[in-house]
Amino acid sequence: MNLYPVRAIYMAEMARTRRTLLQSVVSPVISTSLSFVVFGAAIGSRITEIGGVSYGAFIVPGLIMLMLLTQSVSNASFGLFFSKFSGSIYEILSAPISYLEIVVGYVGAAASKSILLVLIILGTSSFFVPLEIADPFWILTFLVLTAVTFSLLGFIIGIWADGFDKLQLVPLLVITPLTFLGGSFYSIDMLPPFWQSVTLANPVVYLVSGFRWSFYGISDVSLGASVAMILLFLAASLATIAWIFRTGYRLKP
Amino acid sequence: MNDPIITIDGLNKTYEGGFQALTRVDLTIQRGEIFALLGPNGAGKTTLISLVCGFVNPSEGHVIVDGFDSVRDYRQGRERIGLVPQELTNEAFETVWNTVSFNRGLFGKSPNPAHIEKVLKSLSLWDKRYNRLMTLSGGMKRRVLIAQALSHEPRILFLDEPTAGVDVELRRDMWNVVRGLRDDGVTIILTTHYIEEAEEMADRIGVINRGEIVLVEEKAALMKKLGSKQLTLQLHSPLTELPPALAQEELSLTADGYELVYTYDGRQEEEGRGISTLLTQLEQAGISFKDLHTRQSSLEDIFVDLVKERS
Repeated sequence: MNLYPVRAIYMAEMARTRRTLLQSVVSPVISTSLSFVVFGAAIGSRITEIGGVSYGAFIVPGLIMLMLLTQSVSNASFGLFFSKFSGSIYEILSAPISYLEIVVGYVGAAASKSILLVLIILGTSSFFVPLEIADPFWILTFLVLTAVTFSLLGFIIGIWADGFDKLQLVPLLVITPLTFLGGSFYSIDMLPPFWQSVTLANPVVYLVSGFRWSFYGISDVSLGASVAMILLFLAASLATIAWIFRTGYRLKP
Repeated sequence: MNDPIITIDGLNKTYEGGFQALTRVDLTIQRGEIFALLGPNGAGKTTLISLVCGFVNPSEGHVIVDGFDSVRDYRQGRERIGLVPQELTNEAFETVWNTVSFNRGLFGKSPNPAHIEKVLKSLSLWDKRYNRLMTLSGGMKRRVLIAQALSHEPRILFLDEPTAGVDVELRRDMWNVVRGLRDDGVTIILTTHYIEEAEEMADRIGVINRGEIVLVEEKAALMKKLGSKQLTLQLHSPLTELPPALAQEELSLTADGYELVYTYDGRQEEEGRGISTLLTQLEQAGISFKDLHTRQSSLEDIFVDLVKERS
Protein backbone atom coordinates (compact mmCIF):
# COMPACT_ATOMS: atom_id res chain seq x y z
CA MET A 1 0.00 0.00 0.00
CA ASN A 2 1.31 3.45 -0.97
CA LEU A 3 0.73 5.69 2.04
CA TYR A 4 1.15 9.04 0.25
CA PRO A 5 -2.22 8.94 -1.55
CA VAL A 6 -3.94 7.58 1.57
CA ARG A 7 -2.46 10.45 3.56
CA ALA A 8 -3.46 12.96 0.85
CA ILE A 9 -7.11 11.87 0.88
CA TYR A 10 -7.18 11.59 4.68
CA MET A 11 -5.70 15.05 5.23
CA ALA A 12 -7.96 16.66 2.61
CA GLU A 13 -11.03 15.18 4.31
CA MET A 14 -9.86 16.25 7.76
CA ALA A 15 -9.19 19.73 6.38
CA ARG A 16 -12.81 19.87 5.28
CA THR A 17 -13.83 19.20 8.90
CA ARG A 18 -11.61 22.03 10.13
CA ARG A 19 -13.18 24.36 7.56
CA THR A 20 -16.69 23.41 8.67
CA LEU A 21 -16.12 23.12 12.40
CA LEU A 22 -19.54 24.48 13.35
CA GLN A 23 -21.41 21.99 11.22
CA SER A 24 -19.05 19.02 11.68
CA VAL A 25 -18.25 19.21 15.39
CA VAL A 26 -20.10 21.90 17.31
CA SER A 27 -23.58 21.07 16.01
CA PRO A 28 -23.61 17.30 16.81
CA VAL A 29 -21.98 17.93 20.20
CA ILE A 30 -24.60 20.51 21.16
CA SER A 31 -27.58 18.46 19.98
CA THR A 32 -26.39 15.32 21.78
CA SER A 33 -25.58 17.31 24.92
CA LEU A 34 -29.10 18.74 24.86
CA SER A 35 -30.41 15.19 24.94
CA PHE A 36 -28.35 14.51 28.06
CA VAL A 37 -29.77 17.63 29.69
CA VAL A 38 -33.40 16.92 28.75
CA PHE A 39 -33.59 13.12 29.10
CA GLY A 40 -30.82 12.64 31.61
CA ALA A 41 -30.89 15.52 34.07
CA ALA A 42 -34.48 16.84 33.75
CA ILE A 43 -36.75 13.86 32.91
CA GLY A 44 -34.31 11.14 33.95
CA SER A 45 -34.46 12.07 37.63
CA ARG A 46 -38.15 11.09 37.65
CA ILE A 47 -37.60 7.67 36.05
CA THR A 48 -36.49 4.65 38.06
CA GLU A 49 -33.17 2.95 37.45
CA ILE A 50 -32.87 0.36 34.69
CA GLY A 51 -30.73 -2.66 35.58
CA GLY A 52 -29.26 -0.73 38.48
CA VAL A 53 -28.19 2.18 36.25
CA SER A 54 -29.71 5.65 36.51
CA TYR A 55 -31.81 6.56 33.49
CA GLY A 56 -29.55 9.49 32.59
CA ALA A 57 -26.51 7.22 32.43
CA PHE A 58 -28.49 4.39 30.78
CA ILE A 59 -29.23 6.42 27.65
CA VAL A 60 -25.65 7.64 27.11
CA PRO A 61 -24.47 4.60 25.05
CA GLY A 62 -27.61 4.74 22.91
CA LEU A 63 -27.30 8.46 22.24
CA ILE A 64 -23.62 8.09 21.44
CA MET A 65 -24.42 5.19 19.11
CA LEU A 66 -27.08 7.31 17.35
CA MET A 67 -24.57 10.10 16.82
CA LEU A 68 -21.81 7.68 15.81
CA LEU A 69 -23.97 5.95 13.19
CA THR A 70 -25.38 9.11 11.63
CA GLN A 71 -22.11 11.04 11.67
CA SER A 72 -20.07 8.14 10.23
CA VAL A 73 -22.53 7.76 7.38
CA SER A 74 -22.79 11.53 6.74
CA ASN A 75 -19.05 12.21 6.91
CA ALA A 76 -18.08 9.49 4.45
CA SER A 77 -21.00 10.00 2.07
CA PHE A 78 -20.56 13.77 1.86
CA GLY A 79 -16.80 13.59 1.21
CA LEU A 80 -17.23 11.30 -1.75
CA PHE A 81 -20.44 12.82 -3.06
CA PHE A 82 -18.94 16.31 -3.03
CA SER A 83 -16.05 15.11 -5.22
CA LYS A 84 -18.58 13.67 -7.64
CA PHE A 85 -20.69 16.82 -7.48
CA SER A 86 -17.75 19.17 -8.15
CA GLY A 87 -16.25 16.86 -10.76
CA SER A 88 -12.95 16.56 -8.92
CA ILE A 89 -13.54 12.80 -8.55
CA TYR A 90 -11.51 12.48 -11.79
CA GLU A 91 -8.43 13.24 -9.70
CA ILE A 92 -9.02 10.15 -7.60
CA LEU A 93 -10.04 7.90 -10.48
CA SER A 94 -7.12 8.85 -12.71
CA ALA A 95 -4.52 8.57 -9.95
CA PRO A 96 -2.29 5.50 -9.62
CA ILE A 97 -3.97 4.32 -6.45
CA SER A 98 -5.72 1.10 -5.55
CA TYR A 99 -9.32 0.81 -4.47
CA LEU A 100 -8.12 -0.19 -1.01
CA GLU A 101 -6.12 3.03 -0.70
CA ILE A 102 -9.13 5.12 -1.76
CA VAL A 103 -11.36 3.40 0.80
CA VAL A 104 -8.78 3.64 3.60
CA GLY A 105 -8.33 7.37 2.93
CA TYR A 106 -12.02 8.30 2.85
CA VAL A 107 -13.31 5.83 5.44
CA GLY A 108 -10.32 6.41 7.73
CA ALA A 109 -11.03 10.14 7.78
CA ALA A 110 -14.78 9.71 8.29
CA ALA A 111 -14.28 7.19 11.10
CA SER A 112 -11.64 9.41 12.76
CA LYS A 113 -14.02 12.37 12.77
CA SER A 114 -16.81 10.26 14.29
CA ILE A 115 -14.55 8.82 16.99
CA LEU A 116 -13.29 12.31 17.80
CA LEU A 117 -16.90 13.45 18.22
CA VAL A 118 -17.68 10.50 20.49
CA LEU A 119 -14.72 11.35 22.71
CA ILE A 120 -15.87 14.97 22.96
CA ILE A 121 -19.42 13.89 23.76
CA LEU A 122 -18.27 11.34 26.33
CA GLY A 123 -16.36 14.12 28.04
CA THR A 124 -19.38 16.43 27.85
CA SER A 125 -21.83 13.82 29.14
CA SER A 126 -19.75 13.24 32.27
CA PHE A 127 -20.81 16.75 33.36
CA PHE A 128 -24.50 15.78 33.30
CA VAL A 129 -24.73 12.08 34.21
CA PRO A 130 -22.78 9.64 36.40
CA LEU A 131 -20.82 7.77 33.73
CA GLU A 132 -19.19 4.37 34.34
CA ILE A 133 -16.88 2.44 32.08
CA ALA A 134 -16.94 -1.30 32.79
CA ASP A 135 -14.71 -2.44 29.93
CA PRO A 136 -12.62 0.13 28.01
CA PHE A 137 -11.37 -2.52 25.57
CA TRP A 138 -14.89 -3.35 24.37
CA ILE A 139 -15.87 0.31 24.29
CA LEU A 140 -12.95 0.99 21.98
CA THR A 141 -13.61 -2.13 19.92
CA PHE A 142 -17.28 -1.26 19.39
CA LEU A 143 -16.40 2.35 18.72
CA VAL A 144 -13.83 1.58 16.03
CA LEU A 145 -15.78 -1.27 14.43
CA THR A 146 -19.02 0.75 14.30
CA ALA A 147 -17.33 3.91 13.03
CA VAL A 148 -15.51 2.01 10.29
CA THR A 149 -18.52 -0.08 9.29
CA PHE A 150 -20.92 2.86 9.03
CA SER A 151 -18.31 4.99 7.30
CA LEU A 152 -18.11 2.20 4.73
CA LEU A 153 -21.89 2.41 4.43
CA GLY A 154 -21.55 6.18 3.99
CA PHE A 155 -18.95 5.61 1.28
CA ILE A 156 -21.46 3.39 -0.54
CA ILE A 157 -24.19 6.02 -0.16
CA GLY A 158 -21.80 8.71 -1.47
CA ILE A 159 -21.31 6.67 -4.63
CA TRP A 160 -24.98 5.76 -4.98
CA ALA A 161 -26.43 9.22 -4.33
CA ASP A 162 -27.06 11.41 -7.35
CA GLY A 163 -28.43 14.36 -5.39
CA PHE A 164 -28.10 16.01 -1.97
CA ASP A 165 -31.50 14.71 -0.85
CA LYS A 166 -30.40 11.09 -1.23
CA LEU A 167 -27.41 11.78 1.02
CA GLN A 168 -29.79 12.42 3.91
CA LEU A 169 -32.19 9.63 3.05
CA VAL A 170 -30.45 6.80 4.91
CA PRO A 171 -29.28 8.72 8.02
CA LEU A 172 -32.67 10.38 8.53
CA LEU A 173 -35.15 7.78 7.34
CA VAL A 174 -33.36 4.54 8.18
CA ILE A 175 -30.65 4.94 10.81
CA THR A 176 -32.34 7.45 13.11
CA PRO A 177 -35.68 5.54 13.40
CA LEU A 178 -33.88 2.21 13.84
CA THR A 179 -31.73 3.71 16.62
CA PHE A 180 -34.70 5.29 18.41
CA LEU A 181 -36.53 1.95 18.17
CA GLY A 182 -33.38 -0.02 18.95
CA GLY A 183 -33.31 0.34 22.71
CA SER A 184 -31.45 3.64 22.94
CA PHE A 185 -33.93 5.05 25.46
CA TYR A 186 -35.25 1.84 27.01
CA SER A 187 -34.41 -1.76 27.69
CA ILE A 188 -36.27 -4.13 25.39
CA ASP A 189 -37.33 -6.07 28.53
CA MET A 190 -39.74 -3.16 29.08
CA LEU A 191 -41.63 -4.05 25.85
CA PRO A 192 -44.52 -6.55 25.56
CA PRO A 193 -43.27 -10.05 24.47
CA PHE A 194 -44.47 -9.63 20.87
CA TRP A 195 -42.63 -6.34 20.37
CA GLN A 196 -39.53 -7.76 22.05
CA SER A 197 -39.38 -10.37 19.27
CA VAL A 198 -40.00 -7.75 16.59
CA THR A 199 -37.30 -5.49 18.01
CA LEU A 200 -34.74 -8.27 17.73
CA ALA A 201 -35.04 -7.94 13.95
CA ASN A 202 -33.63 -4.43 14.28
CA PRO A 203 -29.86 -4.69 13.79
CA VAL A 204 -29.18 -1.49 15.73
CA VAL A 205 -30.46 -3.21 18.91
CA TYR A 206 -27.35 -5.38 18.88
CA LEU A 207 -25.01 -2.42 18.46
CA VAL A 208 -26.62 -0.37 21.25
CA SER A 209 -26.79 -3.39 23.53
CA GLY A 210 -23.14 -4.34 23.04
CA PHE A 211 -22.01 -0.78 23.53
CA ARG A 212 -24.09 -0.40 26.69
CA TRP A 213 -22.68 -3.69 28.02
CA SER A 214 -19.14 -2.31 27.73
CA PHE A 215 -20.21 0.69 29.87
CA TYR A 216 -22.38 -0.92 32.57
CA GLY A 217 -22.15 -4.68 32.10
CA ILE A 218 -25.89 -4.89 31.26
CA SER A 219 -27.29 -5.81 27.86
CA ASP A 220 -30.44 -6.83 26.00
CA VAL A 221 -28.67 -9.45 23.87
CA SER A 222 -25.45 -11.37 24.41
CA LEU A 223 -22.06 -9.76 23.69
CA GLY A 224 -21.36 -12.47 21.11
CA ALA A 225 -24.55 -11.59 19.18
CA SER A 226 -23.58 -7.91 19.19
CA VAL A 227 -20.07 -8.61 17.90
CA ALA A 228 -21.43 -11.00 15.27
CA MET A 229 -23.90 -8.36 14.05
CA ILE A 230 -21.31 -5.62 13.64
CA LEU A 231 -18.95 -8.05 11.87
CA LEU A 232 -21.81 -9.05 9.57
CA PHE A 233 -22.43 -5.37 8.73
CA LEU A 234 -18.73 -4.90 8.12
CA ALA A 235 -18.54 -7.89 5.78
CA ALA A 236 -21.64 -6.76 3.86
CA SER A 237 -20.27 -3.23 3.42
CA LEU A 238 -16.88 -4.49 2.27
CA ALA A 239 -18.49 -6.89 -0.19
CA THR A 240 -20.66 -4.09 -1.62
CA ILE A 241 -17.65 -1.78 -2.04
CA ALA A 242 -15.65 -4.55 -3.71
CA TRP A 243 -18.54 -5.03 -6.14
CA ILE A 244 -18.75 -1.27 -6.81
CA PHE A 245 -15.09 -1.04 -7.68
CA ARG A 246 -15.16 -4.21 -9.75
CA THR A 247 -18.06 -2.99 -11.86
CA GLY A 248 -17.37 0.76 -11.73
CA TYR A 249 -20.98 1.32 -10.56
CA ARG A 250 -21.75 5.08 -10.71
CA LEU A 251 -18.03 5.83 -10.76
CA LYS A 252 -16.67 4.69 -14.09
CA PRO A 253 -19.02 4.71 -17.05
CA MET B 1 10.94 8.82 -35.04
CA ASN B 2 9.45 5.55 -33.81
CA ASP B 3 9.44 5.45 -30.04
CA PRO B 4 5.81 5.05 -29.01
CA ILE B 5 4.86 6.20 -25.52
CA ILE B 6 1.14 5.43 -25.92
CA THR B 7 -0.24 2.65 -28.08
CA ILE B 8 -4.00 2.37 -28.46
CA ASP B 9 -5.11 -0.87 -30.00
CA GLY B 10 -8.64 -1.65 -31.19
CA LEU B 11 -10.33 0.53 -28.57
CA ASN B 12 -14.12 0.39 -28.51
CA LYS B 13 -16.40 2.20 -26.11
CA THR B 14 -20.13 1.68 -25.96
CA TYR B 15 -21.93 3.44 -23.11
CA GLU B 16 -24.74 1.83 -21.12
CA GLY B 17 -27.48 3.42 -23.19
CA GLY B 18 -25.98 1.83 -26.31
CA PHE B 19 -24.23 4.95 -27.61
CA GLN B 20 -20.99 3.95 -29.33
CA ALA B 21 -18.48 6.70 -28.50
CA LEU B 22 -15.41 5.04 -30.01
CA THR B 23 -15.12 2.50 -32.81
CA ARG B 24 -11.94 0.43 -33.13
CA VAL B 25 -9.52 3.25 -32.45
CA ASP B 26 -5.89 2.48 -33.24
CA LEU B 27 -3.45 5.26 -32.46
CA THR B 28 0.19 5.62 -31.55
CA ILE B 29 1.63 8.65 -29.78
CA GLN B 30 5.37 9.13 -30.11
CA ARG B 31 7.57 10.03 -27.18
CA GLY B 32 8.28 13.75 -26.90
CA GLU B 33 5.85 14.94 -29.55
CA ILE B 34 2.96 17.37 -29.36
CA PHE B 35 -0.04 15.57 -30.80
CA ALA B 36 -3.19 17.52 -31.51
CA LEU B 37 -6.47 15.63 -31.59
CA LEU B 38 -9.10 17.55 -33.50
CA GLY B 39 -12.74 16.78 -33.87
CA PRO B 40 -16.18 18.36 -33.66
CA ASN B 41 -18.23 18.29 -30.45
CA GLY B 42 -19.20 14.74 -29.51
CA ALA B 43 -16.57 13.19 -31.77
CA GLY B 44 -15.09 11.09 -28.95
CA LYS B 45 -12.03 13.16 -27.97
CA THR B 46 -12.80 13.35 -24.25
CA THR B 47 -13.90 9.71 -24.13
CA LEU B 48 -10.59 8.68 -25.68
CA ILE B 49 -8.63 10.72 -23.14
CA SER B 50 -10.76 9.39 -20.26
CA LEU B 51 -10.08 5.83 -21.35
CA VAL B 52 -6.33 6.37 -21.52
CA CYS B 53 -6.35 8.09 -18.12
CA GLY B 54 -8.36 5.25 -16.61
CA PHE B 55 -11.61 6.79 -15.44
CA VAL B 56 -13.76 5.31 -18.15
CA ASN B 57 -13.77 1.53 -18.71
CA PRO B 58 -13.10 0.31 -22.26
CA SER B 59 -15.62 -2.02 -23.87
CA GLU B 60 -12.87 -3.61 -25.93
CA GLY B 61 -9.23 -3.04 -26.79
CA HIS B 62 -6.04 -2.10 -25.01
CA VAL B 63 -4.03 0.96 -24.11
CA ILE B 64 -0.31 0.60 -23.46
CA VAL B 65 1.33 3.53 -21.65
CA ASP B 66 5.12 3.52 -21.82
CA GLY B 67 5.09 -0.28 -21.98
CA PHE B 68 2.46 -0.78 -19.27
CA ASP B 69 -1.08 -2.02 -19.84
CA SER B 70 -3.47 0.70 -18.62
CA VAL B 71 -5.72 -1.81 -16.84
CA ARG B 72 -3.35 -4.51 -15.61
CA ASP B 73 -0.42 -2.21 -14.74
CA TYR B 74 -2.55 0.84 -13.95
CA ARG B 75 -0.18 2.18 -11.28
CA GLN B 76 2.83 2.40 -13.59
CA GLY B 77 0.74 3.69 -16.46
CA ARG B 78 -1.17 6.38 -14.59
CA GLU B 79 1.80 7.75 -12.64
CA ARG B 80 3.26 8.86 -15.97
CA ILE B 81 0.16 10.81 -16.97
CA GLY B 82 -1.03 14.28 -16.06
CA LEU B 83 -4.48 15.43 -17.11
CA VAL B 84 -5.91 18.91 -17.52
CA PRO B 85 -9.65 18.28 -17.88
CA GLN B 86 -12.02 20.30 -19.99
CA GLU B 87 -14.29 21.36 -17.13
CA LEU B 88 -13.24 23.55 -14.20
CA THR B 89 -13.51 20.97 -11.46
CA ASN B 90 -11.51 22.35 -8.57
CA GLU B 91 -12.45 22.05 -4.90
CA ALA B 92 -13.78 25.60 -4.37
CA PHE B 93 -12.99 26.01 -0.68
CA GLU B 94 -9.38 24.82 -0.74
CA THR B 95 -6.29 26.98 -1.30
CA VAL B 96 -4.16 26.84 -4.43
CA TRP B 97 -1.17 25.43 -2.55
CA ASN B 98 -3.16 22.68 -0.83
CA THR B 99 -4.97 21.73 -4.04
CA VAL B 100 -1.77 21.29 -6.01
CA SER B 101 0.03 19.52 -3.13
CA PHE B 102 -2.96 17.19 -2.73
CA ASN B 103 -2.58 16.06 -6.32
CA ARG B 104 1.09 15.28 -5.87
CA GLY B 105 0.27 13.10 -2.86
CA LEU B 106 -2.55 11.42 -4.73
CA PHE B 107 -0.09 10.30 -7.37
CA GLY B 108 2.04 8.63 -4.71
CA LYS B 109 4.82 11.20 -4.66
CA SER B 110 6.50 12.43 -1.48
CA PRO B 111 5.94 16.12 -0.66
CA ASN B 112 8.25 18.41 -2.63
CA PRO B 113 7.54 22.08 -1.83
CA ALA B 114 10.34 23.21 -4.16
CA HIS B 115 8.69 21.53 -7.14
CA ILE B 116 5.25 22.90 -6.26
CA GLU B 117 6.79 26.36 -5.97
CA LYS B 118 8.44 25.99 -9.39
CA VAL B 119 5.16 24.91 -10.99
CA LEU B 120 3.16 27.71 -9.37
CA LYS B 121 5.73 30.31 -10.40
CA SER B 122 5.82 29.05 -13.99
CA LEU B 123 2.04 29.52 -14.16
CA SER B 124 2.05 32.92 -12.41
CA LEU B 125 0.16 31.43 -9.47
CA TRP B 126 2.76 31.98 -6.76
CA ASP B 127 1.16 35.18 -5.48
CA LYS B 128 -2.19 33.39 -5.25
CA ARG B 129 -0.93 30.30 -3.43
CA TYR B 130 -2.88 31.00 -0.22
CA ASN B 131 -6.05 32.10 -2.04
CA ARG B 132 -9.09 29.88 -1.98
CA LEU B 133 -10.01 28.64 -5.45
CA MET B 134 -13.47 30.17 -5.23
CA THR B 135 -11.84 33.62 -5.19
CA LEU B 136 -9.96 33.07 -8.48
CA SER B 137 -11.05 34.02 -11.98
CA GLY B 138 -11.88 31.33 -14.53
CA GLY B 139 -8.51 31.73 -16.22
CA MET B 140 -6.68 31.40 -12.92
CA LYS B 141 -8.67 28.29 -12.04
CA ARG B 142 -7.58 26.79 -15.34
CA ARG B 143 -3.97 27.54 -14.46
CA VAL B 144 -4.54 25.67 -11.20
CA LEU B 145 -5.77 22.66 -13.17
CA ILE B 146 -2.55 22.73 -15.17
CA ALA B 147 -0.50 23.07 -11.97
CA GLN B 148 -2.36 20.07 -10.52
CA ALA B 149 -1.53 18.03 -13.61
CA LEU B 150 2.15 18.99 -13.40
CA SER B 151 2.45 18.50 -9.64
CA HIS B 152 3.62 14.90 -9.92
CA GLU B 153 6.10 15.50 -12.78
CA PRO B 154 4.28 13.50 -15.48
CA ARG B 155 6.00 12.32 -18.66
CA ILE B 156 2.74 12.55 -20.62
CA LEU B 157 0.37 15.49 -20.41
CA PHE B 158 -3.19 15.48 -21.69
CA LEU B 159 -4.70 18.90 -22.28
CA ASP B 160 -8.40 18.62 -22.97
CA GLU B 161 -9.47 21.96 -24.45
CA PRO B 162 -7.09 23.80 -22.10
CA THR B 163 -7.60 27.27 -23.51
CA ALA B 164 -11.38 27.22 -23.82
CA GLY B 165 -12.68 30.50 -22.46
CA VAL B 166 -9.35 32.04 -21.50
CA ASP B 167 -8.04 35.39 -22.69
CA VAL B 168 -5.30 35.85 -25.27
CA GLU B 169 -2.59 36.69 -22.75
CA LEU B 170 -3.25 33.62 -20.66
CA ARG B 171 -3.42 31.47 -23.75
CA ARG B 172 0.02 32.64 -24.82
CA ASP B 173 1.36 31.99 -21.32
CA MET B 174 -0.04 28.49 -21.43
CA TRP B 175 1.52 27.71 -24.76
CA ASN B 176 4.87 28.93 -23.47
CA VAL B 177 4.53 26.49 -20.60
CA VAL B 178 3.62 23.73 -23.05
CA ARG B 179 6.64 24.49 -25.23
CA GLY B 180 8.86 24.43 -22.15
CA LEU B 181 7.46 21.04 -21.17
CA ARG B 182 8.05 19.67 -24.63
CA ASP B 183 11.63 20.90 -24.43
CA ASP B 184 11.94 18.93 -21.19
CA GLY B 185 10.84 15.79 -23.02
CA VAL B 186 7.20 15.69 -21.92
CA THR B 187 4.82 14.19 -24.48
CA ILE B 188 1.77 16.37 -24.97
CA ILE B 189 -1.61 15.37 -26.33
CA LEU B 190 -4.06 18.22 -26.72
CA THR B 191 -7.56 18.60 -27.94
CA THR B 192 -8.67 22.01 -28.98
CA HIS B 193 -11.29 23.88 -30.92
CA TYR B 194 -8.73 26.58 -31.69
CA ILE B 195 -7.28 24.98 -34.77
CA GLU B 196 -4.71 27.72 -35.18
CA GLU B 197 -3.24 26.52 -31.90
CA ALA B 198 -2.85 23.01 -33.24
CA GLU B 199 -1.40 24.46 -36.41
CA GLU B 200 1.11 26.47 -34.44
CA MET B 201 2.01 23.94 -31.76
CA ALA B 202 1.53 20.37 -32.96
CA ASP B 203 4.01 18.02 -34.56
CA ARG B 204 1.28 15.65 -35.64
CA ILE B 205 -2.45 16.00 -36.11
CA GLY B 206 -5.13 13.40 -35.56
CA VAL B 207 -8.72 13.95 -36.63
CA ILE B 208 -11.51 12.06 -34.91
CA ASN B 209 -15.10 12.10 -36.07
CA ARG B 210 -18.05 10.04 -34.86
CA GLY B 211 -15.75 7.93 -32.70
CA GLU B 212 -13.38 6.98 -35.49
CA ILE B 213 -9.87 8.22 -36.19
CA VAL B 214 -10.23 9.71 -39.64
CA LEU B 215 -6.66 10.72 -40.20
CA VAL B 216 -3.28 10.91 -38.49
CA GLU B 217 -0.54 12.83 -40.22
CA GLU B 218 2.57 14.91 -39.63
CA LYS B 219 1.32 18.48 -39.56
CA ALA B 220 3.66 19.68 -42.31
CA ALA B 221 2.83 16.70 -44.53
CA LEU B 222 -0.87 17.18 -43.90
CA MET B 223 -0.68 20.83 -44.86
CA LYS B 224 1.25 19.92 -47.98
CA LYS B 225 -0.97 17.02 -48.95
CA LEU B 226 -4.35 18.53 -48.27
CA GLY B 227 -3.62 22.21 -48.12
CA SER B 228 -4.10 24.35 -51.21
CA LYS B 229 -3.03 27.87 -52.14
CA GLN B 230 -4.81 30.63 -53.99
CA LEU B 231 -3.26 33.36 -56.11
CA THR B 232 -5.56 36.32 -56.77
CA LEU B 233 -4.61 38.80 -59.52
CA GLN B 234 -6.34 42.17 -59.68
CA LEU B 235 -6.54 43.19 -63.34
CA HIS B 236 -6.13 46.64 -64.83
CA SER B 237 -9.07 46.08 -67.19
CA PRO B 238 -11.99 43.71 -66.64
CA LEU B 239 -12.39 40.58 -68.75
CA THR B 240 -15.73 39.29 -69.99
CA GLU B 241 -14.37 35.76 -70.27
CA LEU B 242 -11.13 33.82 -70.02
CA PRO B 243 -9.16 33.65 -73.29
CA PRO B 244 -9.20 30.03 -74.63
CA ALA B 245 -5.42 29.81 -74.26
CA LEU B 246 -5.76 30.30 -70.47
CA ALA B 247 -8.69 27.96 -69.93
CA GLN B 248 -7.87 25.43 -67.20
CA GLU B 249 -9.77 24.07 -64.22
CA GLU B 250 -7.54 25.82 -61.65
CA LEU B 251 -8.23 29.32 -63.04
CA SER B 252 -11.46 31.26 -62.63
CA LEU B 253 -12.72 34.78 -63.25
CA THR B 254 -14.76 36.67 -60.68
CA ALA B 255 -18.21 37.94 -61.66
CA ASP B 256 -17.10 41.54 -62.09
CA GLY B 257 -14.22 40.43 -64.35
CA TYR B 258 -11.60 42.29 -62.36
CA GLU B 259 -10.00 39.32 -60.57
CA LEU B 260 -8.40 36.11 -61.70
CA VAL B 261 -8.24 33.41 -59.04
CA TYR B 262 -5.72 30.58 -59.47
CA THR B 263 -6.06 27.65 -57.06
CA TYR B 264 -3.06 25.35 -56.91
CA ASP B 265 -1.05 22.90 -54.83
CA GLY B 266 2.23 21.07 -55.47
CA ARG B 267 0.94 19.10 -58.49
CA GLN B 268 0.84 21.97 -61.03
CA GLU B 269 4.53 22.80 -60.62
CA GLU B 270 5.40 19.11 -61.00
CA GLU B 271 3.39 19.03 -64.26
CA GLY B 272 5.17 22.13 -65.58
CA ARG B 273 2.17 24.47 -65.40
CA GLY B 274 2.64 26.37 -62.18
CA ILE B 275 2.54 30.10 -61.37
CA SER B 276 5.48 31.05 -63.60
CA THR B 277 3.78 29.38 -66.60
CA LEU B 278 0.54 31.21 -65.82
CA LEU B 279 2.26 34.60 -65.60
CA THR B 280 3.98 34.00 -68.96
CA GLN B 281 0.65 33.02 -70.53
CA LEU B 282 -0.99 36.19 -69.16
CA GLU B 283 1.76 38.34 -70.63
CA GLN B 284 1.42 36.61 -73.99
CA ALA B 285 -2.34 37.19 -73.90
CA GLY B 286 -1.78 40.89 -73.17
CA ILE B 287 -3.47 40.75 -69.77
CA SER B 288 -1.85 42.99 -67.19
CA PHE B 289 -2.51 43.16 -63.44
CA LYS B 290 -1.96 45.87 -60.85
CA ASP B 291 -1.80 43.78 -57.69
CA LEU B 292 -1.69 40.23 -56.43
CA HIS B 293 -1.98 38.32 -53.20
CA THR B 294 -1.77 34.70 -52.11
CA ARG B 295 -3.59 32.76 -49.45
CA GLN B 296 -2.82 29.31 -48.03
CA SER B 297 -5.60 27.10 -46.70
CA SER B 298 -5.41 26.68 -42.93
CA LEU B 299 -5.64 23.56 -40.87
CA GLU B 300 -9.17 24.67 -40.08
CA ASP B 301 -10.10 24.52 -43.77
CA ILE B 302 -8.57 21.06 -44.01
CA PHE B 303 -10.36 19.92 -40.89
CA VAL B 304 -13.73 21.22 -42.03
CA ASP B 305 -13.28 19.56 -45.43
CA LEU B 306 -12.32 16.26 -43.86
CA VAL B 307 -15.22 16.18 -41.44
CA LYS B 308 -17.68 17.27 -44.14
CA GLU B 309 -16.35 14.63 -46.48
CA ARG B 310 -16.87 11.85 -43.92
CA SER B 311 -20.30 12.98 -42.77
